[in-house]
Amino acid sequence: MNPSARPSELGRRETHTTAKPDADGRLGRQQTHDESTVLEMLRDVHDPEIPTVSLVELGIVHRVEVGPDRIAVELLPTFTGCPALEVMRADVEARLSGLAQTVDVRFTTAVPWTSDRISGIGRAQLRSAGFAPPDPEVFEVGATVACPYCGSGRTRMENAFGPTLCRSIWYCTACRQPFEQFKSV
Amino acid sequence: MNAPARAAPAIAPDVQALRPEVRDALAALLLSLADDEFVLGFADSEWTGIAPLLEEDVAMSSLAQDELGHARAFYGLLADVVGEDPDVLAYDRQPDDYRHCRLLDHPRGDWAFTMARRYLYDTADAVRLEALAASIYAPLAALVTKVRREETYHLLHVDAWLRRLAETPGEPRDRLLAALGALASDATSVFTPLPGETALVAAGILPEPMAELRGRWLRALAVTFAQLDLPMPPSASDPGGRKGHSDAFRWLWGEFTSVRRLDPQAVW
Repeated sequence: MNPSARPSELGRRETHTTAKPDADGRLGRQQTHDESTVLEMLRDVHDPEIPTVSLVELGIVHRVEVGPDRIAVELLPTFTGCPALEVMRADVEARLSGLAQTVDVRFTTAVPWTSDRISGIGRAQLRSAGFAPPDPEVFEVGATVACPYCGSGRTRMENAFGPTLCRSIWYCTACRQPFEQFKSV
Repeated sequence: MNAPARAAPAIAPDVQALRPEVRDALAALLLSLADDEFVLGFADSEWTGIAPLLEEDVAMSSLAQDELGHARAFYGLLADVVGEDPDVLAYDRQPDDYRHCRLLDHPRGDWAFTMARRYLYDTADAVRLEALAASIYAPLAALVTKVRREETYHLLHVDAWLRRLAETPGEPRDRLLAALGALASDATSVFTPLPGETALVAAGILPEPMAELRGRWLRALAVTFAQLDLPMPPSASDPGGRKGHSDAFRWLWGEFTSVRRLDPQAVW
């Protein structure tokens, strides 16, 4: 399920218009933006530690509110202690800067980020980078995951702790390839 | 394995609406949670680079990072209650003003000692967090729900190590027994009653008294320790279990506040 399509979390839709001055400084073509166009822009903002996958597809973008002068974005930390949170916050802020007078980006723990928030596209993006995506539905530590290289289920966890908080280290006994999993949490 | 937390009936996080004695008790609860995770995170980080195995070096560094992340989040909730900067709360106190439990006052010791202490703390913390997931203070219940999912990995890790040490005769088991002996008198200090706890329980912010949680933890511990033939710690609780810190903690405090004291304006 694509997190960008969760209407309950995206609230009321509002459309606002930003006047963009043209090369001569005149207010010309009008650019309209609302929550869905803001989300579309955030698809370009990638995870600082896994740059093939976007924050939107990871389900990190919880809420977007577009008002006349202010865009507010709430993000969910994948892991509470993730050291990349400030980088993500700044990247989102930079991507939206200029769209409104105030761009307010903050993290919230009001709802927990869980690995089932990663969209189908996000899972494919993770696999293409050599990461096994977490199980979409079940939070079960120790569950077997399919090798992102050969698809075999003959894999074993080597270490629940990997190079970042959100990654564990696995080994595929079928193709003899070590790989990482984006942890189920 | 991690039962979904009951959806807490949310109360508005308007702390100003709380009675002063409830607000003070909430602050004491959040401070105890934050200080526990903060001190444990720094103690774990002492293993970075010198853990007995490369895999464990990575694991302990991840555990340390997790705990500091939890501490930051708990200090954040505390900051909302007391109106203070989270960094000031974390770094600008004297050693005697920290309210972590005395179990975390011991120096890291050897590997068996670190694992024994972590086992006692992580399993006790799990009981405490399970209760807090049902708190009517919504910001705390939501954060605890998140933290519990991450802590599941910690529990698996320490459980594997406790069994490995306990079931390997000779030096591993001997060192584990020595560690449990040294930690026994502080084992229940996670459940030291909080100042103002009665008001906190009455308000539904702390769903059960600490004494109740201590009993639940000891019953679960008794099952594992009977399987592994390990001696149970005494069940009594010292009311001063979060005060009067050790010289080992004073040394750790000197380490983790050193950058802050050198340059209070420093930012990452």
